[in-house]
Amino acid sequence: MNVDLIFKIASIGILLSILHTLLDNAGKEEFAFITTLVGVVIVFGAVIGLISKLFDSIKTLFQLY
Amino acid sequence: MEIVQIVSIGIVSTILVVLLRQWNRPEFAIIISIVTGIFIISMLLDKLKFIIDTLSQLTRYTNIEYGYFTTMLKIIGIAYIVEFGAEISRDAGEDAIASKVELGGKIIIMVLAMPILLALMDLIIKILP
Repeated sequence: MNVDLIFKIASIGILLSILHTLLDNAGKEEFAFITTLVGVVIVFGAVIGLISKLFDSIKTLFQLY
Repeated sequence: MEIVQIVSIGIVSTILVVLLRQWNRPEFAIIISIVTGIFIISMLLDKLKFIIDTLSQLTRYTNIEYGYFTTMLKIIGIAYIVEFGAEISRDAGEDAIASKVELGGKIIIMVLAMPILLALMDLIIKILP
């Protein structure tokens, strides 16, 4: 369990926010949308494993099979 | 001191969530709140295991049927999972999905509790002349 993941996600979010603003101002709205989508997919891919691990440990703890 | 750790994780992630909401990134705010919840619950799982072990030992001392204890444990686990999921949806402003998740939890808990209800009814019928 390392708390670094929270900071990593926050920094990806801030970076994407800046990128979004830049691309919007450059008149490339479609690329701005795609960067947001890719960022969400990457971050969610990192998080989904954690969610499944948490649910597995709750399942074994409370004997929910 | 685990409590200091938990509270500081909560404060830091709250600040990050507020920052991201301010900068029009609510999706990352939600993901950060999910990750924070996962971290805090995983920190507490060891303590929870200790509590459950103690409770199961207490159940073994008395001569209550052990199946009832397992059912109770399952109900508590379902309640925790449902709470986790529903709170995430409610945080994101989706009250309808949150109440559906809670409805699912309630119904599954009801199904699990049915055998206990039947046992209680049997007992009442046996006591009545």
